[in-house]
This record gives sequence, C-alpha cells and structure tokens, in this order.
Amino acid sequence: MHGYANPARFLKIARPVTGWLLGAGLLLVLAGALGGLLVTPPDYLQGETVRILYIHVPAAWLGMAGWASIAAASISQLIWRHPLAAVAGRAVAPVGATFAALCLATGSIWGRPTWGTWWEWDGRLTSMLILLFLYLGYIALASAEQERGGEGRMTALFGVVGAINLPIIHYSVLWWRTLHQGQSISIAGGSTIAPELLWPLPLTMIGFTAVFAAVTLMRMRADLARLKVEARLRRSAAE
Amino acid sequence: MNQWAFVLAAYALAAIATLCLIGWSWAGMRSAEADADAARRKR
Repeated sequence: MHGYANPARFLKIARPVTGWLLGAGLLLVLAGALGGLLVTPPDYLQGETVRILYIHVPAAWLGMAGWASIAAASISQLIWRHPLAAVAGRAVAPVGATFAALCLATGSIWGRPTWGTWWEWDGRLTSMLILLFLYLGYIALASAEQERGGEGRMTALFGVVGAINLPIIHYSVLWWRTLHQGQSISIAGGSTIAPELLWPLPLTMIGFTAVFAAVTLMRMRADLARLKVEARLRRSAAE
Repeated sequence: MNQWAFVLAAYALAAIATLCLIGWSWAGMRSAEADADAARRKR
C-alpha cells in the first residue's frame, strides 16, 4: 500500500482508471435513478417522496466517507509523511463538501412535504451541517497553508480532529430524540426497507461512490501536475 | 402539495451539482496536465 504513495506509480495507475471509474459510475447512477423514478412503487406512507432516498442516502454516505478519507490521509501524512497524503486530503475535501451539501439540500426538499418543514435543529441535521462547515474550514486552511508554502501539518491535524463528528452523526439518531428516522439499513442486520423499494439504492450507492473516486483522482492528478510545474519553475529560477 | 415537484427538484439539483463537479474537476485536470506537459517540453 505504501508503494502506491509514490506519485509516479500512483499516476501510472490513476490515468487509465479515472475514465473507467467515471463512465461506470455515471451508468450505475443513471440506472439507479431511472429505476427509482420510473420502476419502483410509491411508499404506502411517504408516497412519491420516498424516491429522494436514492440520491439522499448516497450523498450522506459520501459526505461522511469523504471526511473518513481525509482523516486517514491526515494520519498517514502526520505519521509516515507520505508525499501523496496531503494531495489526497486536498482533493477529497471539495468533493466531500459537495456531497454533504447535496445531502442537506435533498434532505430539506424531502422534509418539506414529509415533516412539513424545510429544516429542524435536530441532532442528525445539525451534526451534518457541522460536517459541511468542517469541510469549508478544511478547504480554507489547506489553501492558506499551501499559499504560505507549509507542509500542511495544521490542515492534517484539523482533518484528524474533525473526524470526532463522524460517530456523532452516525449515533445522533440513537443519542437524541430526533425528527430524522433511525437506521433503516445495516451491514449486519439487513434492511427494514421493502425489497421492491430497495433495489435501486445499491446502484446509486456504488455509482456515486465510483463518481466520487473518479473526481478525486482527477483533482489529485491536477494537483500533482501543478506541483510539478511549480518545482520546475523553482529549479529554473535557482539555475 | 404535488410530491413529484419535490422529487424532480431533488434529482435536478443532484444532477446539476454532480455534473458541475465533474466538469470543474475535469477541466482543472486537463489544464494542469497540459501546463505540466508544456513546461516539460520547454525545458
């Protein structure tokens, strides 16, 4: 695993993989979205709005998975000083922030006809909003440290500390009385959602995850190319 | 209240956000890699 932290080796793999991941991801998202919009029946309680689930759940998963990746990259940067760790953290942040914002927005759109309100300051919604603010803080800090020519250690520390919010988001529906429903799907305990409503969800989950990975690879490739140009400019200035 | 209006708004928002993110990142990658190639050729 540590061998892939070498930028040249990473690029050799990332270049062919980016397009395939993006294409496969978009196809899966399209299949899941069409299935969710046109094939699945309306829910007996929520009616048609249940279809928002097929984009809201992947957005929530990726908002949280994005920060988990930032925390892992940050630990790797702080302990092993991997050259790709800071690049990976910076690349993931805007993508994770987009999905966290999408989770909040689609949840709000679902909440209006279902709960009768666009927003409620309950545990799950508030901790997810905090995650979005953490992303924005991380992006600002990373950009400031990069401009100053720093190694990004403060940003990495922020990435690790911010991970405290992840279990709070996950357990918020158990710890506090929230308007948000409890866990409907678990890896160990199966699902409380009817199979005829559930099947498009794995398609959009895997599809959006592949799109997330492809976009992260694009941003890492862009960052590495920029760093290469900067290094060349510094070398020519020194000669 | 027409529930389909909310469903379509959520899907439209997701599609626009995802496509903008892909387009922005793709353009950034292509431009940065073209700059890196040009800098290597110039040397």
